[in-house]
Amino acid sequence: MSGLLPRLQDGWRRATWVDVFLVALRLLVLGIVGYGFVAGLLHPRYGRDEWASFLVFGLVIGAIYALIALGYTMVYGILRMVNFAHGDVFMFGAYAACFTLIACNRNGLLATQPALSFALALLACMLVAAGLAILAERIAYRPFRRGRAMAPLISTLGLSFVLEYSARGMFGAQNKAFPSFPAIDGAVLVFGLSIPRVQLIVMLAAVLTMLVLTLVVMRTRMGTAMRAVAEDQDAAILMGINVDRVIVFTFALGGALAGVAGLLYGLVFKQISFFMGFFLGVKGFGAAVLGGIGNIPGAMLGGFSLGLVESLGPALFLEGIGVAAPYQLRDAIAYTMLVMVLIFRPRGLLGERLAVKRA
Amino acid sequence: MTELLRAAGVSKRFGGLLAVDRVSLAMAPGAIHAVIGPNGAGKTTLFNCLTSFTPPSAGEIWLQGARIDGLRPDLVAARGIARTYQNIRLFPDLTALENIMVGLGVRRPETLLGALLATPAHRATVAAVEARARALLLDLGLGGRGDRLARHLSYGDQRRLEIARALSVQPVLLLLDEPAAGMNPVESHAMMELIARIRDEHGVGILLIEHQMRVVMGISEQIHVLDHGVCIAAGTPAQIRADPAVIAAYLGARAAKHGMDALEKRA
Repeated sequence: MSGLLPRLQDGWRRATWVDVFLVALRLLVLGIVGYGFVAGLLHPRYGRDEWASFLVFGLVIGAIYALIALGYTMVYGILRMVNFAHGDVFMFGAYAACFTLIACNRNGLLATQPALSFALALLACMLVAAGLAILAERIAYRPFRRGRAMAPLISTLGLSFVLEYSARGMFGAQNKAFPSFPAIDGAVLVFGLSIPRVQLIVMLAAVLTMLVLTLVVMRTRMGTAMRAVAEDQDAAILMGINVDRVIVFTFALGGALAGVAGLLYGLVFKQISFFMGFFLGVKGFGAAVLGGIGNIPGAMLGGFSLGLVESLGPALFLEGIGVAAPYQLRDAIAYTMLVMVLIFRPRGLLGERLAVKRA
Repeated sequence: MTELLRAAGVSKRFGGLLAVDRVSLAMAPGAIHAVIGPNGAGKTTLFNCLTSFTPPSAGEIWLQGARIDGLRPDLVAARGIARTYQNIRLFPDLTALENIMVGLGVRRPETLLGALLATPAHRATVAAVEARARALLLDLGLGGRGDRLARHLSYGDQRRLEIARALSVQPVLLLLDEPAAGMNPVESHAMMELIARIRDEHGVGILLIEHQMRVVMGISEQIHVLDHGVCIAAGTPAQIRADPAVIAAYLGARAAKHGMDALEKRA
């Protein structure tokens, strides 16, 4: 105890107004969150079933965010660059799955062979999204790799608009209904709670996809090469690693994950639009930053946290504080949390200080 | 016997600066050569040219009778040139073992499905690669430290791990950039013995940059002296020791009369 008081005094002497402001802000946030949390839990309006469904939905949307975030984080880990066209790769994946399922529906495959239709849609969305991601690397990243750091950022942003408005031209500006999948309608009872079957399947598929990704990164030769390139590109080249191939593979892998996310999104929300790549892209990028960009487990954690906060947050904090119509403030809560986490922990939940990493 | 390495008139120009100026050298298989010279003499640039990391502006480089200048750097590495760095550049967040398995694994046969399902065939190849990696670690005195992250190793261990990683690509020529930098006399003596042993056991040719004259004079068969990018002298340690141009380049003309012994004492 003897050291505590002097240390406090010392800390006070060194503190600037910014520090005081930040500490005050933190206390304020903790206070509001704590109060809202307690008040929300005591609120009689929601019972066990409601909370459970919030929780499950949070995990489902979080899994989709996580899949998108992985693409951002892997590309960032290797190139220290953000691929802003990634959200639109996701959108194209969703359309690919949508059209495959429509075709299956037309010839009756969807009703007779639901598993086969699902597999076909999965294949289509992964192939289209991976192909598009490879294209993004070719036309928006590779020509600028020797240029200023900003150039690829801007070019992927441009590509994002190209993709969005091509999609609008090709598929129309209105929302497109995702074909309904009769085989996965309905609900199942898990621990006495009724959970929509589609949500269960989506969560399962997402977790399985992430498991496969982890295996690819940790076990395969290409995965080892990816990790080596992320750590030190020049040293990796001189170990005989073809860095161009690793980069293309990384884009393709991230794209394929985004494609899976597109299919799952369509299954859950039943409709897709040409503009959704923007919103989901921002959420996915936010999730990647939240978890610590460049860190693969971080992207998964960030995605699930963002999904859970978004789904539980309105009922938990806002309802407790007494805000009207809390569900319209979901995004506000999600982004506020992002800002808060970055104030408390600028490098993200699992991230490292970039200065150390890049020195 | 064909030559291991032949560089003929290699030059590298950065804008107005001629960092390496028509350097030529030839090495026999399994030879140990050293490149010395004052700071900024172009030694590391020469290494970068040899590995194609910064391709030379002029000149030709031949490895085992095949021309390699202008080749992609990863292909040069695949043909058998490996290097270490002046400031250690391991993969810090990979374990020591993984650092080595990157090099060993580049050419291991693998199918995606085999790796994902961990089929017996895949497990066998990985086990073989891992066994070789562990043997390499043991060989360089890093046994038992394979599962630590590279950045958690001590400085000396990191240096040796970098050499192990370079050996993992099974090179015919190993470029060592100041392997004994920052080491005390005992450690640098051990490093010297290690380098000689690596040459004997792995049969690689070694080209090293080093400032510690004790190390350079102790193990090199040939020494090339660079100054302002120009190779001002080449020969055996005894010849270099007696070469007035070398002494002048190192110590300035005035100190030259005190001879190379003074330099060795200083280093």
